[in-house]
Amino acid sequence: MLAVNFLLLSAVLFSIGVYGVLARRNAVMVLMSVELVLNAVVLNLVAFAVINGSVDGQIFALFAIAIAAAEVGVGLAMVLLVYRNRRSIALDELSEMRG
Amino acid sequence: MSGLASGTVLVGVDGINVAKNVGFGIIAAVMIFAALCVVTTRNVVHGALWLVVVLGGVAAQYLLAAAEFVAISQVLVYIGAVMVLFLFGIMLTRAKIGADSDLNNRSWALGIPVALLLLGVLGYVIIDGLRDTVVPDRGPTPTVLLSDGYLGPYLVPFLAISFVLLAAAIGAIVIARKD
Repeated sequence: MLAVNFLLLSAVLFSIGVYGVLARRNAVMVLMSVELVLNAVVLNLVAFAVINGSVDGQIFALFAIAIAAAEVGVGLAMVLLVYRNRRSIALDELSEMRG
Repeated sequence: MSGLASGTVLVGVDGINVAKNVGFGIIAAVMIFAALCVVTTRNVVHGALWLVVVLGGVAAQYLLAAAEFVAISQVLVYIGAVMVLFLFGIMLTRAKIGADSDLNNRSWALGIPVALLLLGVLGYVIIDGLRDTVVPDRGPTPTVLLSDGYLGPYLVPFLAISFVLLAAAIGAIVIARKD
Protein backbone atom coordinates (compact mmCIF):
# COMPACT_ATOMS: atom_id res chain seq x y z
CA MET A 1 0.00 0.00 0.00
CA LEU A 2 1.24 3.49 -0.79
CA ALA A 3 1.77 6.07 1.93
CA VAL A 4 -0.13 8.67 -0.10
CA ASN A 5 -3.32 6.58 0.28
CA PHE A 6 -3.53 7.23 4.00
CA LEU A 7 -2.29 10.80 3.81
CA LEU A 8 -4.65 11.84 0.99
CA LEU A 9 -7.65 10.30 2.79
CA SER A 10 -6.63 12.20 5.88
CA ALA A 11 -6.28 15.45 3.89
CA VAL A 12 -9.77 15.00 2.43
CA LEU A 13 -11.28 14.38 5.87
CA PHE A 14 -9.42 17.42 7.23
CA SER A 15 -10.75 19.68 4.46
CA ILE A 16 -14.31 18.43 4.93
CA GLY A 17 -14.00 19.14 8.63
CA VAL A 18 -12.70 22.66 7.99
CA TYR A 19 -15.63 23.29 5.66
CA GLY A 20 -18.01 22.11 8.38
CA VAL A 21 -16.45 24.40 10.97
CA LEU A 22 -16.78 27.38 8.63
CA ALA A 23 -20.24 26.64 7.26
CA ARG A 24 -22.20 25.33 10.23
CA ARG A 25 -24.26 27.57 12.48
CA ASN A 26 -25.30 25.06 15.12
CA ALA A 27 -22.59 24.77 17.82
CA VAL A 28 -23.02 20.99 18.19
CA MET A 29 -22.50 20.55 14.43
CA VAL A 30 -19.33 22.65 14.65
CA LEU A 31 -18.03 20.36 17.41
CA MET A 32 -18.76 17.33 15.19
CA SER A 33 -16.74 18.91 12.38
CA VAL A 34 -13.87 19.49 14.84
CA GLU A 35 -14.02 15.74 15.56
CA LEU A 36 -13.56 15.08 11.82
CA VAL A 37 -10.45 17.29 11.81
CA LEU A 38 -9.01 15.60 14.91
CA ASN A 39 -9.59 12.13 13.46
CA ALA A 40 -7.82 13.13 10.25
CA VAL A 41 -4.77 14.20 12.26
CA VAL A 42 -4.73 11.00 14.34
CA LEU A 43 -5.01 8.93 11.16
CA ASN A 44 -1.84 10.68 9.95
CA LEU A 45 -0.04 9.83 13.19
CA VAL A 46 -0.93 6.14 12.88
CA ALA A 47 0.00 6.08 9.18
CA PHE A 48 3.45 7.51 9.89
CA ALA A 49 3.87 5.02 12.74
CA VAL A 50 3.38 2.12 10.32
CA ILE A 51 5.53 3.73 7.61
CA ASN A 52 8.46 4.25 9.97
CA GLY A 53 8.01 0.96 11.84
CA SER A 54 7.97 2.78 15.17
CA VAL A 55 5.39 2.60 17.91
CA ASP A 56 5.79 6.26 18.95
CA GLY A 57 3.14 7.42 16.47
CA GLN A 58 0.57 5.11 18.03
CA ILE A 59 1.48 6.38 21.51
CA PHE A 60 0.91 9.94 20.32
CA ALA A 61 -2.35 8.89 18.66
CA LEU A 62 -3.67 7.66 21.99
CA PHE A 63 -2.60 10.93 23.63
CA ALA A 64 -4.50 12.82 20.92
CA ILE A 65 -7.60 10.63 21.44
CA ALA A 66 -7.52 11.41 25.19
CA ILE A 67 -7.20 15.16 24.52
CA ALA A 68 -10.08 14.96 22.02
CA ALA A 69 -12.29 13.28 24.62
CA ALA A 70 -11.51 16.06 27.11
CA GLU A 71 -12.18 18.68 24.44
CA VAL A 72 -15.62 17.27 23.64
CA GLY A 73 -16.57 17.17 27.33
CA VAL A 74 -15.63 20.78 27.99
CA GLY A 75 -16.97 21.98 24.62
CA LEU A 76 -20.39 20.43 25.14
CA ALA A 77 -20.54 21.82 28.68
CA MET A 78 -19.92 25.28 27.25
CA VAL A 79 -22.59 24.75 24.58
CA LEU A 80 -25.06 23.73 27.30
CA LEU A 81 -24.21 26.87 29.29
CA VAL A 82 -24.75 29.06 26.22
CA TYR A 83 -28.05 27.31 25.54
CA ARG A 84 -29.19 27.80 29.13
CA ASN A 85 -28.40 31.52 29.07
CA ARG A 86 -29.66 32.36 25.58
CA ARG A 87 -32.12 29.58 24.57
CA SER A 88 -30.18 29.19 21.31
CA ILE A 89 -26.86 27.73 20.16
CA ALA A 90 -26.66 29.60 16.85
CA LEU A 91 -23.07 30.80 16.70
CA ASP A 92 -23.73 33.92 14.63
CA GLU A 93 -26.00 35.31 17.34
CA LEU A 94 -23.17 35.37 19.89
CA SER A 95 -22.01 38.86 18.93
CA GLU A 96 -22.18 40.95 22.10
CA MET A 97 -18.41 41.44 22.14
CA ARG A 98 -18.31 42.83 18.60
CA GLY A 99 -16.58 46.23 18.64
CA MET B 1 -1.72 15.21 -11.68
CA SER B 2 1.56 13.59 -12.71
CA GLY B 3 1.84 12.33 -9.13
CA LEU B 4 -1.56 10.65 -9.35
CA ALA B 5 -0.60 9.04 -12.66
CA SER B 6 2.62 7.60 -11.28
CA GLY B 7 0.67 6.38 -8.24
CA THR B 8 -1.60 4.28 -10.44
CA VAL B 9 1.40 2.91 -12.33
CA LEU B 10 2.96 1.81 -9.04
CA VAL B 11 0.05 -0.51 -8.20
CA GLY B 12 1.33 -3.96 -9.02
CA VAL B 13 4.92 -3.30 -7.99
CA ASP B 14 6.34 -5.62 -5.32
CA GLY B 15 5.32 -4.83 -1.79
CA ILE B 16 1.84 -3.63 -2.73
CA ASN B 17 -0.84 -5.81 -1.19
CA VAL B 18 -3.77 -5.64 -3.63
CA ALA B 19 -6.40 -6.96 -1.20
CA LYS B 20 -5.39 -4.36 1.37
CA ASN B 21 -5.58 -1.65 -1.28
CA VAL B 22 -9.09 -2.69 -2.33
CA GLY B 23 -10.27 -2.78 1.28
CA PHE B 24 -8.71 0.59 1.91
CA GLY B 25 -10.44 2.08 -1.15
CA ILE B 26 -13.88 0.80 -0.21
CA ILE B 27 -13.60 1.98 3.40
CA ALA B 28 -12.18 5.33 2.30
CA ALA B 29 -15.04 5.91 -0.16
CA VAL B 30 -17.62 5.15 2.55
CA MET B 31 -15.80 7.44 4.99
CA ILE B 32 -15.64 10.38 2.58
CA PHE B 33 -19.32 10.00 1.66
CA ALA B 34 -20.28 9.86 5.35
CA ALA B 35 -18.10 12.88 6.18
CA LEU B 36 -19.78 14.87 3.39
CA CYS B 37 -23.14 13.85 4.84
CA VAL B 38 -22.03 15.05 8.31
CA VAL B 39 -21.31 18.55 7.02
CA THR B 40 -24.27 18.82 4.64
CA THR B 41 -27.20 17.05 6.33
CA ARG B 42 -30.15 19.15 7.48
CA ASN B 43 -30.87 16.92 10.45
CA VAL B 44 -28.64 17.17 13.54
CA VAL B 45 -29.31 13.61 14.72
CA HIS B 46 -28.56 12.21 11.26
CA GLY B 47 -25.31 14.18 11.33
CA ALA B 48 -24.32 12.46 14.57
CA LEU B 49 -25.16 9.03 13.13
CA TRP B 50 -23.14 9.70 9.95
CA LEU B 51 -20.27 10.71 12.24
CA VAL B 52 -20.45 7.19 13.75
CA VAL B 53 -19.82 5.79 10.24
CA VAL B 54 -16.77 8.03 9.80
CA LEU B 55 -15.36 7.11 13.21
CA GLY B 56 -15.91 3.39 12.57
CA GLY B 57 -14.18 3.77 9.20
CA VAL B 58 -11.21 5.43 10.90
CA ALA B 59 -11.03 2.47 13.31
CA ALA B 60 -11.01 0.09 10.32
CA GLN B 61 -8.18 2.08 8.74
CA TYR B 62 -6.21 1.74 11.98
CA LEU B 63 -6.61 -2.03 11.67
CA LEU B 64 -5.24 -1.83 8.12
CA ALA B 65 -2.31 0.20 9.49
CA ALA B 66 -1.53 -2.60 12.00
CA ALA B 67 -2.59 -0.53 15.02
CA GLU B 68 -5.06 -2.80 16.81
CA PHE B 69 -4.86 -1.16 20.21
CA VAL B 70 -5.51 2.29 18.76
CA ALA B 71 -8.43 0.88 16.75
CA ILE B 72 -10.06 -0.64 19.84
CA SER B 73 -9.47 2.57 21.78
CA GLN B 74 -11.06 4.53 18.94
CA VAL B 75 -14.19 2.37 19.10
CA LEU B 76 -14.36 2.57 22.90
CA VAL B 77 -13.66 6.28 23.25
CA TYR B 78 -15.30 7.76 20.17
CA ILE B 79 -18.19 5.48 19.26
CA GLY B 80 -18.78 4.53 22.89
CA ALA B 81 -18.29 7.72 24.88
CA VAL B 82 -18.01 10.75 22.61
CA MET B 83 -21.07 9.87 20.53
CA VAL B 84 -23.17 9.44 23.69
CA LEU B 85 -21.98 12.90 24.78
CA PHE B 86 -22.96 14.32 21.39
CA LEU B 87 -26.40 12.75 21.50
CA PHE B 88 -26.91 14.10 25.03
CA GLY B 89 -25.78 17.53 23.81
CA ILE B 90 -28.27 17.38 20.94
CA MET B 91 -31.10 16.35 23.25
CA LEU B 92 -30.32 18.87 25.98
CA THR B 93 -30.16 21.77 23.53
CA ARG B 94 -33.54 20.66 22.15
CA ALA B 95 -32.53 20.49 18.52
CA LYS B 96 -35.40 20.16 16.11
CA ILE B 97 -36.41 16.56 15.46
CA GLY B 98 -36.48 16.31 11.69
CA ALA B 99 -35.10 18.58 9.02
CA ASP B 100 -33.90 22.03 10.05
CA SER B 101 -33.26 24.56 7.30
CA ASP B 102 -31.35 26.85 9.65
CA LEU B 103 -28.17 24.84 10.27
CA ASN B 104 -25.80 26.83 8.03
CA ASN B 105 -24.38 30.31 8.26
CA ARG B 106 -25.50 32.96 5.81
CA SER B 107 -21.99 32.94 4.31
CA TRP B 108 -21.62 29.15 4.28
CA ALA B 109 -20.57 29.09 0.61
CA LEU B 110 -17.32 30.80 1.59
CA GLY B 111 -16.26 27.53 3.23
CA ILE B 112 -16.14 25.65 -0.09
CA PRO B 113 -13.25 27.56 -1.73
CA VAL B 114 -11.36 27.60 1.58
CA ALA B 115 -11.69 23.82 1.95
CA LEU B 116 -10.79 23.20 -1.71
CA LEU B 117 -7.72 25.45 -1.45
CA LEU B 118 -6.62 23.63 1.70
CA LEU B 119 -7.16 20.25 0.01
CA GLY B 120 -5.17 21.40 -3.01
CA VAL B 121 -2.21 22.59 -0.97
CA LEU B 122 -2.19 19.50 1.29
CA GLY B 123 -2.61 17.13 -1.65
CA TYR B 124 0.18 18.80 -3.64
CA VAL B 125 2.60 18.63 -0.71
CA ILE B 126 1.72 14.99 0.08
CA ILE B 127 2.00 13.78 -3.52
CA ASP B 128 5.14 15.81 -4.15
CA GLY B 129 6.92 14.66 -1.01
CA LEU B 130 5.84 11.05 -0.43
CA ARG B 131 4.96 9.85 -3.93
CA ASP B 132 7.11 6.73 -3.85
CA THR B 133 6.90 5.80 -0.19
CA VAL B 134 5.42 2.32 0.24
CA VAL B 135 3.81 1.25 3.51
CA PRO B 136 5.58 -2.00 4.46
CA ASP B 137 3.38 -5.00 5.27
CA ARG B 138 3.76 -5.27 9.02
CA GLY B 139 2.18 -7.73 11.41
CA PRO B 140 0.12 -6.62 14.40
CA THR B 141 1.82 -4.26 16.85
CA PRO B 142 2.35 -6.03 20.19
CA THR B 143 0.49 -4.05 22.85
CA VAL B 144 3.44 -4.62 25.19
CA LEU B 145 5.43 -2.16 23.06
CA LEU B 146 2.78 0.51 23.69
CA SER B 147 2.73 -0.14 27.42
CA ASP B 148 6.55 -0.07 27.52
CA GLY B 149 6.36 3.33 25.86
CA TYR B 150 3.78 4.69 28.30
CA LEU B 151 5.54 3.43 31.41
CA GLY B 152 9.02 4.19 30.08
CA PRO B 153 10.03 7.25 28.04
CA TYR B 154 6.51 8.72 27.97
CA LEU B 155 5.70 8.35 31.66
CA VAL B 156 5.62 12.08 32.41
CA PRO B 157 3.31 12.96 29.46
CA PHE B 158 1.13 10.02 30.49
CA LEU B 159 0.74 11.41 34.02
CA ALA B 160 0.18 14.90 32.59
CA ILE B 161 -2.62 13.64 30.36
CA SER B 162 -4.25 12.00 33.37
CA PHE B 163 -4.31 15.38 35.10
CA VAL B 164 -5.65 17.04 31.95
CA LEU B 165 -8.52 14.54 31.83
CA LEU B 166 -9.26 15.06 35.53
CA ALA B 167 -9.21 18.84 35.11
CA ALA B 168 -11.45 18.62 32.03
CA ALA B 169 -13.96 16.41 33.85
CA ILE B 170 -14.12 18.74 36.88
CA GLY B 171 -14.23 21.79 34.60
CA ALA B 172 -17.10 20.36 32.56
CA ILE B 173 -19.08 19.67 35.74
CA VAL B 174 -18.41 23.16 37.10
CA ILE B 175 -19.35 24.85 33.82
CA ALA B 176 -22.52 22.87 33.17
CA ARG B 177 -24.04 22.58 36.62
CA LYS B 178 -27.01 24.67 37.68
CA ASP B 179 -26.47 26.89 40.71
